[in-house]
Amino acid sequence: MKRECLAELSGVSKRFGKVQAVDGLDLEVRPGELLALLGQNGAGKSTAIALLLGLERPDSGSAVLFGLSPLDIEARRGIGVMMQEAALVPELRVREQIELVASYYPDPMAPGEAMQLTHTESLAERIYAKLSPGQKRQVQFALAICGRPKLLFLDEPTVGLDIQSRELMWSSLRRLVSEGASIVLTTHYIEEAEALADRVVVLAKGREIASGTVSEMRALVVRKQISCSSTLSLDQIRTWPDVDSVRRDHKGLHITAAKVEDLVRRLLAEDEDVEDLEIHRAGLAETFTELTQESVQ
Amino acid sequence: MTAASATTLSSELNPQVQVPSDLPWRAYWTEAKYEVIRACRAPAFAIPFFSLPVVFYVLVGIFLVGSMSHGDPRVIPTMFVNWATFGVMGPGMFGFGMFVATEREQGLLRLKRALPMPTASYVLAKMAMTMIFGAAVMATLILAAVFLAHARITLMQYLLITVIDVVGSLSFCAIGLFIGSRASAKSAPAFVNLAYLPMMHLAGLFYPLPKSIQPLEFISPAFYLNQLNLHVARAASIDALALASGPSSHARPLLCIAVLTIVTLCFGILAARRLKRLG
Repeated sequence: MKRECLAELSGVSKRFGKVQAVDGLDLEVRPGELLALLGQNGAGKSTAIALLLGLERPDSGSAVLFGLSPLDIEARRGIGVMMQEAALVPELRVREQIELVASYYPDPMAPGEAMQLTHTESLAERIYAKLSPGQKRQVQFALAICGRPKLLFLDEPTVGLDIQSRELMWSSLRRLVSEGASIVLTTHYIEEAEALADRVVVLAKGREIASGTVSEMRALVVRKQISCSSTLSLDQIRTWPDVDSVRRDHKGLHITAAKVEDLVRRLLAEDEDVEDLEIHRAGLAETFTELTQESVQ
Repeated sequence: MTAASATTLSSELNPQVQVPSDLPWRAYWTEAKYEVIRACRAPAFAIPFFSLPVVFYVLVGIFLVGSMSHGDPRVIPTMFVNWATFGVMGPGMFGFGMFVATEREQGLLRLKRALPMPTASYVLAKMAMTMIFGAAVMATLILAAVFLAHARITLMQYLLITVIDVVGSLSFCAIGLFIGSRASAKSAPAFVNLAYLPMMHLAGLFYPLPKSIQPLEFISPAFYLNQLNLHVARAASIDALALASGPSSHARPLLCIAVLTIVTLCFGILAARRLKRLG
C-alpha cells in the first residue's frame, strides 16, 4: 500500500546549462513530519524545493503537490513559503504585508494572530524597509504561516536571527508540527536539524545519498572524534594508521577515526603533555560532512 | 489558555475549509490597494509623477506659453492636452519599469509565484495603481486648466480626455513592464528614460518638431495618444499652431486606437513570456 504523502518528487532531473542540479531524485513529504534537507552548497536542495513549488519544471520525472501539479493554485493554497532571499515590498508596514499575503488564502489568520504567533506584534506598524535583518526574517515567517498551511517550505529560516528569536521560531515550528502541519526545512545549522527534524535527507550532486531519522543517520557512520590540546604536528599524526582526518582549530586538535583506542594510546605515548582529552561519537555535523565527502569522492 | 495557544496554526485540523467564491477578488482588491499605498509612500515615484506635470503645466503651459502666444485662445486647449499626455506617461513607464525590475531581482516576484496569488493579480494591481495615479494627475491638470487657464473645454471633453489618457496609459505600462522584465534594478531607470524621453519629445508635446524630424513622430506611442486627445478637444497640434495653419488634421482616431492597442499587446505579451520564464 502506498504511503500517503503531501508532496513528492519522482525520478526528477533538472539541469541548468552544464550543471546537473537534480539527478533522478525521489523525495516525499509525509503528513505531520518535519523533513530537513541537508547538503553542501550546490547539492540541489533549493532546486528540489523550487520543483515542489512549481518555480522550476523538471526535465524528466514528476513533481506533485497535494496530488496536483505544483502549478495548480489549488495545490499552492495548502502551502506556506519562506524563501532565503526574497525582499518584501519595502514601503509597506508589517501588518499590511501579512494582510496582503493572507488575502491569497481561503481561511487565513487575522494579521494580529499571525503576529502573535511569531512574536512580531511590536513590529505591526513598522515600515518593512526599516526593520533589522533578523526582524525581517520573523516577518517572513509570519507571512509563511498566515494562511494556515498544511505544508510549510522554509529555506534557511533562522539565518540572521539572534539566539532568543531562533528558539522562539523553533518553538513555533514544533507547535506547527504537533498540530498536524508538515514542514520542509533546508538549513546550514546542523543543530537545527538535530533539534527539529523527524527525518533528514542528505543531498549531494542532486542525488539523495542518505535519509532517515537523526539517530539513524548517526548510526550510518561509526566514526568517533578525539579532541585534545597537543603540540604534535598534523603531518606527523596523518602518518599514523587508522586516522581518517586530522585538523586543528582554536579549540585544539581533532582526530577522526573508526577505531580510536590504539590512537589514544599512541597519542599519550608520543606527547606526555596532552590535555583536555575527549572522545565522542560523531554528531550530525560530522556525519553529514562525511557522507557528502564520500559522495563527492 | 492564552489566545495564542487557542489559535489553530494549520488547516489540517480544519479540513472542511471551502474556498470562498470571493477569494480571487479579495486578493485582487488587496493587492491593488497595497500597490497604490506603496506607490504613494515611495517619494522617488510619488512626488515627481504626481506634482511635476501640474507644476510644469502651470509654469510653462499656462504662464510662459500664454504670454508668448499673446493669449491666443487656440493655444490653451493644446497646452492642456499635451501636458495631460505627458502626465500619464511617467507613472506607467516608471511604475512598471522600476518596480518590476526591482521586485524581480530581489525575489519578490518569485515568492509571489510560489504563493497562491492569482496569476494576473500582480500586473493588474500595478495597472490599477498607474490608472489611479494617472486619474489623480488629470484631476490636478483639469483644476489648473479651469481656474488658471480658463480653457474652453467642456466637462464632457475633460471626462473623455481623462478616460482616454487613463486607459491609454496602459501602453506605457506595457512598455515599462517589458523593460522591467529584462533590465536589472540598477539599469531599469536608465532604460526607461532612454525610451521615455525620446518618446515624449518625438510626440511633439512641448515644441514644434523640425520638418526633418516630423516623420519620426509616428514611431512614438505618445504621439497617437496625444492625437486622440487633440481630436476630442478639437485642438490644434503644436506643429499646426507654429505653422499658423489652424486646426491640424489629426491622425485618424481608429488608427490611434489600433496603434496603442498593438503596442500594449506586443510589449505586454513579450513581458509576460519573459516573466513566466524567469519568475
